[in-house]
Amino acid sequence: MLRVVLAEDAVLLRAGLAELLTSGGHEVIAAVGDADALVRAVDEGGPDVVVTDVRMPPDFKDEGLRAVLALRERQPGLPVVVLSQYVATVYATQLLSGSREDSGGLGYLLKDRVGEVSEFLDALSRVAAGETVIDPEVVRMLLVQQAEAQTLRRLTAREREVLGLMAEGLNNQTIARRLCVTESSVVKHAGNIFMKLDLDPAEGNRRVLAVLAHLRDGLA
Amino acid sequence: MPDGRNGRSGRSGRNGGPESGRAGGPESVREALEGPYAQFLLSAWPLRCWAYVFSGAVFGYAVLVLLFILTLAGVALSVFGIGIAVLAGTSVLGVPVAAVERRRLRLVDPVPLADPHRRLSGVGVRGWFRARLKERATWRELGHTAVLGVLFTLTGSGLALLLALSLGFTAAPLVVWAVAPDTVMLLPGVAAASPAAALPATPAGLVGVLLCALAGGRLAGIQTRIARSLLSPRDEDLSNRVIELTRSRARLIDAFEAERRRIERDLHDGAQQQLVALSMTLGLAEMRLEDDDSRAKELIVRARGEARLALEQLRRLVRDIHPQVLTDHGLAAAVAEVALRNPIPVTVDIDLPRRLPGPVESMAYFTVTEALTNASKHSGASRIAVVGRFAGERLDLTITDDGRGGAAPAAGGGLQGLADRMAILRGRLTVSSPPGGPTELRVEVPCSG
Repeated sequence: MLRVVLAEDAVLLRAGLAELLTSGGHEVIAAVGDADALVRAVDEGGPDVVVTDVRMPPDFKDEGLRAVLALRERQPGLPVVVLSQYVATVYATQLLSGSREDSGGLGYLLKDRVGEVSEFLDALSRVAAGETVIDPEVVRMLLVQQAEAQTLRRLTAREREVLGLMAEGLNNQTIARRLCVTESSVVKHAGNIFMKLDLDPAEGNRRVLAVLAHLRDGLA
Repeated sequence: MPDGRNGRSGRSGRNGGPESGRAGGPESVREALEGPYAQFLLSAWPLRCWAYVFSGAVFGYAVLVLLFILTLAGVALSVFGIGIAVLAGTSVLGVPVAAVERRRLRLVDPVPLADPHRRLSGVGVRGWFRARLKERATWRELGHTAVLGVLFTLTGSGLALLLALSLGFTAAPLVVWAVAPDTVMLLPGVAAASPAAALPATPAGLVGVLLCALAGGRLAGIQTRIARSLLSPRDEDLSNRVIELTRSRARLIDAFEAERRRIERDLHDGAQQQLVALSMTLGLAEMRLEDDDSRAKELIVRARGEARLALEQLRRLVRDIHPQVLTDHGLAAAVAEVALRNPIPVTVDIDLPRRLPGPVESMAYFTVTEALTNASKHSGASRIAVVGRFAGERLDLTITDDGRGGAAPAAGGGLQGLADRMAILRGRLTVSSPPGGPTELRVEVPCSG
């Protein structure tokens, strides 16, 4: 069971999300409607994970995003899931570049994703456990963006595919299942990718962060 | 002065030639005077001229009296606050007088004079005064009112006196016969003994009447020229109006922009949220039916898929209306995002020191999206490049593709609309697209405000 602080300005959605989280066996310790209330609720409640919308009052810009970045500045490693209405890589990179690599516990998901209840709950647990989960749609766009960069062009199509799945935070076993190949061939691909991108082939979450760090460096 | 605006250019072609009086006669007193005098005298023109000059004298006299009284009252009352208001009222007296004058001018010149004033609506009395006092036309009209009151009144009265005298001479025998002999003096001290003795006065009177007719024509000609020069719109009035027009168009664009944002906000806060909530509810229902193999679960999965499709479509629609990234992060980020979705690879190189003014930003963004759409649809290009720089308070944006060229901005309604919007921002949209390519679309917009 996770203790969750939820920030979403649309009442309908806030109630729905609260119900969803509760039915997933979590406790919503606070459900708020704006960024200031979010910061207060986190300071008071000390949640295991924060779920927030990007766009919130008063200006309906990226208040939610900026609020969690400020929170993570003060509490490094605070697990955060950001829900966005838009497939905007700029918000994802903003979120990622505002975090140190070892601080973990980051999620950037499209709002549509909450419809896939079990997937969403799974992503939440993984973020709370310190993993990084980026929406596949966003990862795809980051990769497209990077495909223009010289380094990524050195990868084969299959290697790029594996990189994308790694960036989503999947482990080798899952990647192998998704691509219908053996786990050992995924390991081989991963090795090639790390070599071609000059990345340290560390395992686990560090690996995802390394990949994402590489992606966002290319964006800078 | 752009003559075409008040229809005078149409007449110049018929001006001056001897045949100008051919069909329907001359149209204005000046044309009439250019023809033979006999023709002028035998036409209705002398009567029209007299009507113009004499009515001008009467009107001018009335205006002069009014002007005198108002000025006197204004000065006398200026110790109290109200005097200033009276003087201000006096200074716009020329406006209604000029309006009457423009109509009166039709007596001898049928081509209407355009109103040099800006059209005002819903500004109230104070607003009207403020606007009129700022216009040069108002002061020219006041000048005209003074000329009318003094010069036109004097000359008109003089001519009236002469005409009256001439008519009196012409009718002298009749008068002598009707009144009585020995009492009517034609010349000072010399009384006409009989109607017959007064007969020689008649031709002298007739000559006087003819002279008065010619003088009336000349006078009317001069007066209309003065009136025209003072009462017709000048370039500066027109340029004022152009500025006003540009401003009102800019306001329209702003309103349009605000409306776009409102629609986007409404969709985001309304339909989009509802759809997300719907798909969430469906997701929950699906979870509850986890172990159920019934057809219901299948239907719920399908419904959720449909909700997701609807959301995707709605998201695309909202993005086309006004992208959130543009509002939050500016042009470079928004263009980078749109470039990612483009079917043809786009390299984006936009380097701006700061955020641009809102209208410039969204106009530039929509130009890029339009250019990318056009290039992807028609050009057959394999690469597109977007370069944006800031050069001396000006945004300089270039979109180039390596396609086959031949793009015609006039044909593409989208680009034409953008060029129009650009013009309001005092910017420029140039398209260079020789057959065989490459196509280059360039936007230059000042950003100083």
